[in-house]
Amino acid sequence: MDFLIFKAPMLMVQASLDGILLGILFALIAYGMALQWGVMNIINIAQGDLVILGGYIAYTMYLVGIHPAWGVIVSPIIMYFVGVLLYKLVINKVVDRDLFISILATFGIAIVFQQLMNFIFGADVVVAQSEYGTTMLFDNSVTLPNSKIFSAFISVLYAVALVIYMKKSRLGRAIRATAQNARAAKILGVDTEKVYAATFGINAALCGIAGALISITLTLHPYVGLPYTVRSFMIVIVAGLGNLPAVALSGMGLGLFEEFADYILGTEFRIGAVFMLLVFILVYRRFKLSKKREYLK
Amino acid sequence: MNKLVKLFITSISAITLALVSFTSSFAKVEGDYIVLGSAISLTGKYSSNGVHTQNGYNMAVDRINKMGGVEVQGKKYKFEIIYYDDESNPKRAAQLAERLIKQDGVHYMLGPYSSGLTKAIAPVTEKYKIPMVEANGASRSLFTKGYKYLFAVLSPANQYLEVAIDLAVEKNGGKGVRIAQAFEQDAFSQDVRLGILDAAKRTGSEIIIDDKLPKELNDMAATLAKVKATKPDVLVVSGHTKGALTAIRQISEMKVDVPMLAMTHCDAAKLSKQHGKKSEYALCASQWHKNLSYKDKFFGSGKKYDKDFKKEFGYAPPYQSAESSAALLVFKDAFERANSFDRDAVRDALVDTEMQTFYGNIKFGPGGQNVAKPMILFQVRCKGDECENKVVAPTKWASDKFYHPIPKWSERS
Repeated sequence: MDFLIFKAPMLMVQASLDGILLGILFALIAYGMALQWGVMNIINIAQGDLVILGGYIAYTMYLVGIHPAWGVIVSPIIMYFVGVLLYKLVINKVVDRDLFISILATFGIAIVFQQLMNFIFGADVVVAQSEYGTTMLFDNSVTLPNSKIFSAFISVLYAVALVIYMKKSRLGRAIRATAQNARAAKILGVDTEKVYAATFGINAALCGIAGALISITLTLHPYVGLPYTVRSFMIVIVAGLGNLPAVALSGMGLGLFEEFADYILGTEFRIGAVFMLLVFILVYRRFKLSKKREYLK
Repeated sequence: MNKLVKLFITSISAITLALVSFTSSFAKVEGDYIVLGSAISLTGKYSSNGVHTQNGYNMAVDRINKMGGVEVQGKKYKFEIIYYDDESNPKRAAQLAERLIKQDGVHYMLGPYSSGLTKAIAPVTEKYKIPMVEANGASRSLFTKGYKYLFAVLSPANQYLEVAIDLAVEKNGGKGVRIAQAFEQDAFSQDVRLGILDAAKRTGSEIIIDDKLPKELNDMAATLAKVKATKPDVLVVSGHTKGALTAIRQISEMKVDVPMLAMTHCDAAKLSKQHGKKSEYALCASQWHKNLSYKDKFFGSGKKYDKDFKKEFGYAPPYQSAESSAALLVFKDAFERANSFDRDAVRDALVDTEMQTFYGNIKFGPGGQNVAKPMILFQVRCKGDECENKVVAPTKWASDKFYHPIPKWSERS
């Protein structure tokens, strides 16, 4: 049973496409994480909860009769301000501190967000309907929900827009400068405080887009944020900071890995396989780094 | 002066001590009130079902108190419940059970919401020999531990979908069927799975896909692709509300054609409301439905309960509320038959319970589970865009015919 995938080639195609489409969405969330990790040296445990909050914004629109796909425009705008506010309230106090402090602080934020969402939106699992239909390939043996194609397309669109923005705009250049050397940037007149706030806001906005896409492709619940945090953490670990093509590739790789792990190892080991991979990568990286840094000892 | 202060402190502590011992020895029955305790999830991830449970309890307390209360040794008593919020956290629930028993002196408990939390509380009530009537813990493992003070008004989890397999075999002319199943990895869903394994063995059916879904998972695409490739006769899914909603979303998007789809938690997930026509023909296990013909003198029939509940709380009662109300009826009955407030006398009376409530017949088996009430299955049927749950099995209560096989997606409008 476990090797059904090798008997039916169409399943291979299905798994690959599912994995890639899902992976692109993960990559978008991971890119936000990589950005603010690189610039502010903060690991944001609340990343997944920002995603879910973004999803609830789209869901609220759906409830009042607006098509949830508009969430990919409204949600990032609202989430940008949520991000800036979060920065002003909490993150600016932990920016220059130890990494451990930032993990604790964002962990706290995650709990507060979960409880708030539970309080406002209730503990029920909810979905928004896009009614986009399905694309059938190869004589109906491979099916792709159009909502997933839509979400991958939107993710790519935003990612490309962001790369251009980071290259061309003043703020983008300031962000990149701060990431390279915050002190030097400050001396040269960059308002790093503003850059940090904007970076965190942009990260939250990216989460908002991903959340809106998740509301029409998967399901929403106040407590399902953590798996998104873990996945994006992993993608960033593999891809490194500030390297968008690598983030995109590693996102798709992760999506593929998950799908194939599901077929070959069984569904129960799907998430477990992701964690195993994380452990493996961390050990491998350490091994490689220790080789490089030997002269420091 | 110093002496005076000492005297003052001593007397204050003496009074406090006396008060504490006084309240704890009489708190089980205070004046005209029989005090019950319950830790319940008012916040956290179970909060919606926790509130359904609490509303069910409160509705029954009001009704019983209004209709004369509980008569013990010729005197009329009323019910009162002390609630604490367990934050959907098993550890907290166990602490609160201790607190209810030791500090508040509660001698009779009502169950929390969910199998997991009931499992956390049961050892505590067992230790202090406190009878607990619970209405929301269906996991089979609760009834195999030899608990003597635990009584459940609901059918155990392994019975949830057995009926569905029987139904599929019946439709297949009595021959075994090919089953694909996907269950979340939690106590409840895995018990449902054991029930299916038993049913498969009994009917000579074959299980061709047996996926276990991790708790964090909200994507079943891989499982469904396998289903598409292997074409089973029945697809069984259980993973709480998330599982039900994810399954319907992806089955409809991936156009997976199965002749029969059986699930749990459809009503809690508001399946027909959230997914509309996409959920049509799904077969759902339920503890209770308002159209069943059970009756009692407090709530009348299921339909009457439905109406009264809607009036009181503004929404239709899910089965979690109905079974919670039934728990109070069981307690009232046991107190009156025991004709005493002695814990063991009440416990013995609970053992001998044999009654009908609007929710169903109640008789406890040796493990404390309700053995007198079968599970029912309903099927989602739609007229235009309006979808409704119609009872289709067991045949005794079926209000509508079971629609089988499910039409292919290409033929559905």
